[in-house]
Amino acid sequence: MIPVLLIVIPLVSGLLSFLIKEEKSVKIWSLFTSLVTMVVAILGIAFLHNPSYLQTDVAWLPSLGSRFSLTMDGMSKLLCLLTGIAYPGIIIATWNSTYRNANKFYALMLLMQVGLMGVFVASDALLFYFFWELALIPAYFLCSIWGGEKRIAATFKFFIYTFVGSLLMLVGIIWIYFHTADHSFAMSSFYKVNLPGATQGWLFWLFFIAFAIKIPLFPFHTWQPDAYEQSPTAVTMVLSGIMVKMGVFGILRWLAPVLPVGLWGWGDPAASMCVIGMIYASFVAMQQDDLKRLIAYSSIAHMGLMGLAIFVTSSVGIQGVMVAMFNHGINIIGLWIIVELIERQFGTRKMSELGGLAQKAPGLAIMLVVVSLANVALPLTNAFIGEFMMFNGVFGSKASNYHYIFMVAGGVSIILSAIYTLNMIQKVLYGNTSTLTANARDIRVNEKFVLVVLLIGIVVMGVYPKPMIEATKHAVDAIYSKMFIKLP
Amino acid sequence: MNAIVISAVLGVVMMFCGVFTNSKTAVRNVAIIGLLGLIIANVLDLGGYHFFDVNVKGMLAFDVFGLLFNTIAFASTWIYFLLSGRDMERVGVNLAEYFALIFFVLCGISIVSAFNSLLMLFLGIEIISIPLYILTGSDKRNLKSNEAALKYFLMGSFSTGIMLMGITLIYGVKGSFDMEVIRTGTTQLTPMIAAGLLLLLFAMSFKVSAVPFHFWTPDAYDGAPTVFTSFMATIVKVAGFIAFIRLFEGCFGEIKAQWQMLAAIITAATLLIGNITAVFQQSVKRMLSYSSIAQAGFMLFALVAMNDMAKEGMIFYAAAYSLATIGIFAILLKMKDYTFEGFNGLAKRQPVLAATNTIFLLSLAGIPATAGFWAKFYMLSAAVNNGNVLWLVIVGVLCAAISVYYYFRVIQAMYFKDGEPQEIETSKGFNGLLIAIAAVVILLGIFPHWLLDQLSNIFFL
Repeated sequence: MIPVLLIVIPLVSGLLSFLIKEEKSVKIWSLFTSLVTMVVAILGIAFLHNPSYLQTDVAWLPSLGSRFSLTMDGMSKLLCLLTGIAYPGIIIATWNSTYRNANKFYALMLLMQVGLMGVFVASDALLFYFFWELALIPAYFLCSIWGGEKRIAATFKFFIYTFVGSLLMLVGIIWIYFHTADHSFAMSSFYKVNLPGATQGWLFWLFFIAFAIKIPLFPFHTWQPDAYEQSPTAVTMVLSGIMVKMGVFGILRWLAPVLPVGLWGWGDPAASMCVIGMIYASFVAMQQDDLKRLIAYSSIAHMGLMGLAIFVTSSVGIQGVMVAMFNHGINIIGLWIIVELIERQFGTRKMSELGGLAQKAPGLAIMLVVVSLANVALPLTNAFIGEFMMFNGVFGSKASNYHYIFMVAGGVSIILSAIYTLNMIQKVLYGNTSTLTANARDIRVNEKFVLVVLLIGIVVMGVYPKPMIEATKHAVDAIYSKMFIKLP
Repeated sequence: MNAIVISAVLGVVMMFCGVFTNSKTAVRNVAIIGLLGLIIANVLDLGGYHFFDVNVKGMLAFDVFGLLFNTIAFASTWIYFLLSGRDMERVGVNLAEYFALIFFVLCGISIVSAFNSLLMLFLGIEIISIPLYILTGSDKRNLKSNEAALKYFLMGSFSTGIMLMGITLIYGVKGSFDMEVIRTGTTQLTPMIAAGLLLLLFAMSFKVSAVPFHFWTPDAYDGAPTVFTSFMATIVKVAGFIAFIRLFEGCFGEIKAQWQMLAAIITAATLLIGNITAVFQQSVKRMLSYSSIAQAGFMLFALVAMNDMAKEGMIFYAAAYSLATIGIFAILLKMKDYTFEGFNGLAKRQPVLAATNTIFLLSLAGIPATAGFWAKFYMLSAAVNNGNVLWLVIVGVLCAAISVYYYFRVIQAMYFKDGEPQEIETSKGFNGLLIAIAAVVILLGIFPHWLLDQLSNIFFL
């Protein structure tokens, strides 16, 4: 019941939004419905533990063996919660932005939420693919209509990249489908397939490329900084906060348990790609002057670490990934909110044109410092525990022979991330005020509200991460056991 | 048999219609009602009501597959009449004749979907082709239309000659035109059979514009009056595929392993050339010609895979592709400027046209939740299931990604670019019909079993 509601509520409200002409009312309407979605998600995660509430299974395409089956298990819970919380937060934080044809903007945003939720709860491979693509189409229109100057080219690149990846994945899904015992797309049937090692080896790449483009891992990342930079900030928040998690989630749910031998065999090359990407992205981030691009590259580095933790395969590492996905989503949305505030007030995102904000806008400054420190995973912030677990996993991994090297390289990228983050704080907050920032004012109430909630969340989850770990523990163990049960 | 006889009679009726009335509306209405009757007669044929009891001596076999295809072809034509019937008036004065020729083409289509003898195949193909030569050249004063018709005629008759040669060689070996006789005992490629097979393969590739026999297509499609291009590029093209598959399954199904690689190479070449050339087009009409070649590449998957799933998918592809392409052409017909720039800013002036056009383009690109996705899905599945052409599947999906490029250029022009206003007049009925077609495309995209389970019941029970 719950998973269906998570899909139906945004779908219906998104379609209705097309009909609301007035900007104010469409904002209130989409905020209201996204709050309802959030409440439903929280209900499903915290209160309704009876499986009958968390599962739906209806016939869809009987002749193909595909069912409309949705499950909200430990893996999807945190990500559904993230999607549920992020949407109202994004809508409140960008309340003061005006869009032409606002009704279409919010309608497409909500339709994108349908795809995201669907990806996280689908337990049928074909359905998963369906939602995977559905999330992409609204994103394409959102970025292309409301984006920056070079939006059309940037979005087109983004679309074609991800479309190529997902088509390759589709071939992989079809191939596995024909090798299931009962010719079914159901997740349980996929998990039971036992393919020979060599087959898993090449199938791995069909899936891996799709997910690597989405995450994005080096060298498939080139769409990402352009797309983040050109998209309207509300969309960038969804893209970087939630949509890239689809890739990591896809690996954990559809790649690792289905093709464990493939993942094990190619784990080291894939992990090397992650590590190269982490260090490369960190160095590029250090050179950026544009805040959006800096955060975009820092996101590549962080997502690379998640990929690394999966590909060197250890239980604690995967647990760390689950936690980190959620926290990275929260932190990066926080960062985007602040960037949006800065850009709307000063009309620039260039660090060289900013400065001295700490005196003029102390509220903003505090928020920026806390969120940035959370982004570099300082202890007592939410990201710390996930990052710690991932490094712990990499360090203790038995699946990879090179895990020490990966560990050291990953550590270097963390140091680099501290450098560029602190550098950013320094340039934006301290130093002399520029002509632009001389008359800066502090943040508004609604923005303050979202940021304070975020801040409380960051600290609470940093001090007391146990609920997050508990919620995913069972699912992680299940995946981990499947990743090794089929090893020859 | 219902379809063949009634479509031929309707063709004659339409010709006389032009003699007895001058009213264009009357002519159009007769055609639309007549076609509706044809659809009903064909569906009744499916249900076991045969109006005509003609002894065809086994030269035609009306199986469910063929009749189902007829239904889809006729229904698409009906939608085409409703959408673009008015635009035919602009081509020339002989409106009744145009409808008559289209009915004759439909007669040919119902023959090629049911032939059991190579003679009937030849007759069917010719009955389809000759009216098309005339339709291509129907814009008599337009030089390009004349050129296209001449080119199409020369190339078409040439390929028919090649086909006859192939049929003759096969007849020389087996002593019969009957597909059943040809198949039994043909377990090896003797030189004569091989030569016949190759000639038939080339001739059919000509008809469905597979690479490297595609050169006539862009010129003929571009030169023909747009309203007829729409018909040629959809219904007629798909009918060619039905004939292709029927012929090769019926005659050479047993020796598939020996020609499969050749078919796969033709498919890959068609996909690559069609898609890559479409990228460089500046006119939407020409882009659609190349896109029809590219889509033909996907339909060729059915020939390569040749299993139940492929045949099922072929029917679905026929429906999905025809619906979307007819819709796009209907919108294109309303435009005065056929270049991509001509579509600039369409979304602001004609939101209905732009939105439905977007859905049709998404369907052609094979995006989920549109019918086109399942069409491609079935073709890919059939090929994956076949097992030994996985490289072709990868080529296919990469080409599908290329196709996004040129289909989305139209979407980009309509939504993201500003253009000077272009006067476009559309009636409420036209818009409503477009919305209805788009709704069907989406419904088929979410619940394909609406159509597919009917098919699988037929094939698997």
